[in-house]
Amino acid sequence: MWRAPLQGNSMAGLSLELIGLQLFAGLALGSVYVLLAIGLSLIFGMLTVVNFAHGAFFMLGAYVGLWLLSIGVNFWICLVAVPLIVGGFGLAVERVLIRPLYGRGIDYPLLLTFGLSYIIIELVRIVFGKSGYPVDTPALLQGAVDIGVGYFPLYRLFVMAVTGVILIGLWLFLERTSYGLIIRAGARDPQIVRVLGVNIARVWLMVFGLGCGIAGLGGLLAAPLQGVIPEMGGPILAEAFVVTVVGGMGSLLGAVLAGLLVGVVVSITSLFAPEMAKVAIFALMAVVLLIRPQGFFGRAGLMS
Amino acid sequence: MLRVQNLNAWYGASHVLQDICLDVEQGEIVCLIGRNGAGKTTTLKSIMGLIERTSGNVTFQGKELLGHPAHERFALGLAYIPEERRIVSGLSVRENLRLGLVSSPNRRREAELIDRTATIFPRLAERLDQTAITMSGGEQQMLAIARALISDPKLVMLDEPSEGIMPVLVDEMFELFQTLKKGGTTMLLVEQNVELALGVADRAYVVDQGTVVHHASAADLLADADIQERYCSV
Ligand SMILES: Nc1ncnc2c1ncn2[C@@H]1O[C@H](COP(=O)(O)OP(=O)(O)O)[C@@H](O)[C@H]1O
Ligand SMILES: [Mg+2]
Repeated sequence: MWRAPLQGNSMAGLSLELIGLQLFAGLALGSVYVLLAIGLSLIFGMLTVVNFAHGAFFMLGAYVGLWLLSIGVNFWICLVAVPLIVGGFGLAVERVLIRPLYGRGIDYPLLLTFGLSYIIIELVRIVFGKSGYPVDTPALLQGAVDIGVGYFPLYRLFVMAVTGVILIGLWLFLERTSYGLIIRAGARDPQIVRVLGVNIARVWLMVFGLGCGIAGLGGLLAAPLQGVIPEMGGPILAEAFVVTVVGGMGSLLGAVLAGLLVGVVVSITSLFAPEMAKVAIFALMAVVLLIRPQGFFGRAGLMS
Repeated sequence: MLRVQNLNAWYGASHVLQDICLDVEQGEIVCLIGRNGAGKTTTLKSIMGLIERTSGNVTFQGKELLGHPAHERFALGLAYIPEERRIVSGLSVRENLRLGLVSSPNRRREAELIDRTATIFPRLAERLDQTAITMSGGEQQMLAIARALISDPKLVMLDEPSEGIMPVLVDEMFELFQTLKKGGTTMLLVEQNVELALGVADRAYVVDQGTVVHHASAADLLADADIQERYCSV
């Protein structure tokens, strides 16, 4: 797993440079959390669906990427094709499985997606086998670059850059387009959006597909860092949930800031006490929830 | 223009509307009055397509509405302004107005129509880039009305627009309704403020316990203290 990337062996090695590098490693890790959490948050904010299959979509992205690479498709094309394929699958899931459950309360889609994630994982095991595969870093992105505090893997910078591009694109889409306006309004008041002539079912469909597509992209980007294995979506989903809870359910800005924060916390903790890295995430969540139950940017009482 | 025949509506198992019949002709203002819980809101919602279980016949310009989703009814020219002011609080006034155009063919004339709205609603003109939630209740209601009007709907349904609003703004609002009527807008108005409502309306239906119990011209009903006493006093 992609956990303690640049671990210090002894206290003597704990220079400022090392901490600086570890901070960057944390931001790169956080970028992957962000890619999962914004989809979760968007889907929850708009559809009030807690998507427990989000980790499975992440894993699918990694496997679709693995498969495309193995048949000779180049990585740069995968970067576009994987989110489209995984997003397309997400569209089908919403249309066929989730849509009939709207209006029945939050637990129905939650249980459905929970079960669905097991089915997806099992199918991947059947097709690709139970053991994992390593994935090569694309040739152009191998090596390290000097970032001032030391040499840092180029590929991780690339992951951060892609996440940045996705976030800027998503922001422009939400803030500057009519469709984005519909999404922002529909997340707060679906009925008024319907009355103003919007086919809200179609908006929900697109939002679900969009969230899944971004999760798939996250899986593809994570593949060269941690390899692929059918169960890879599990831990990261738990972490992404922590991120959405800390950031505030339904808040995109919250998801971004909390994602980066959680990444940095994991990364720095693993420098000092690697075995504590996982615990640190949940400790962070507990502290945030005690001080601010709705998370950084969440609206209080969203679930009531 | 709008013909409602034997409209029935249910919330779950409770049968809330029983054989509601009413008509609205082009250019009219028709008022629905009646006590709290009589079924006025449910009638408007059923016409707009927001009630899951309904039966009967509701036609608009000859087209059957029941069975079609709300967004298709909007496309036919129906507008509905719900009773709790439903401005979208996180959005600016301008964004709320743009929201009124997202599904309308008028979308292409967005800038022009926002200017037009600003001249009709000077209070909104000053606050276009302000977050809608910073406005007073009355201003929010004006925004909700403006947002519905910006797409040039053929029939505007309003649910208790004067509720909880400063008297000055209520007067302003009813003056606006007069102006709209002169401009040919057709309206179906639900209002607790019976005198004001009958002042602008042509005809009125009295609703009680989910059905129409009385129907008269606005002038006749205004003079009929007995009916008002019986069905409209709180
Ligand atoms: N969402 C709902 N679920 C169940 N019953 C409702 C609901 N909304 C309204 N009702 C009931 O339907 C009846 C009509 O309500 P409504 O149409 O809101 O009346 P009005 O607008 O005339 O005050 C009332 O008895 C009310 O209690
Ligand atoms: Mg009502």
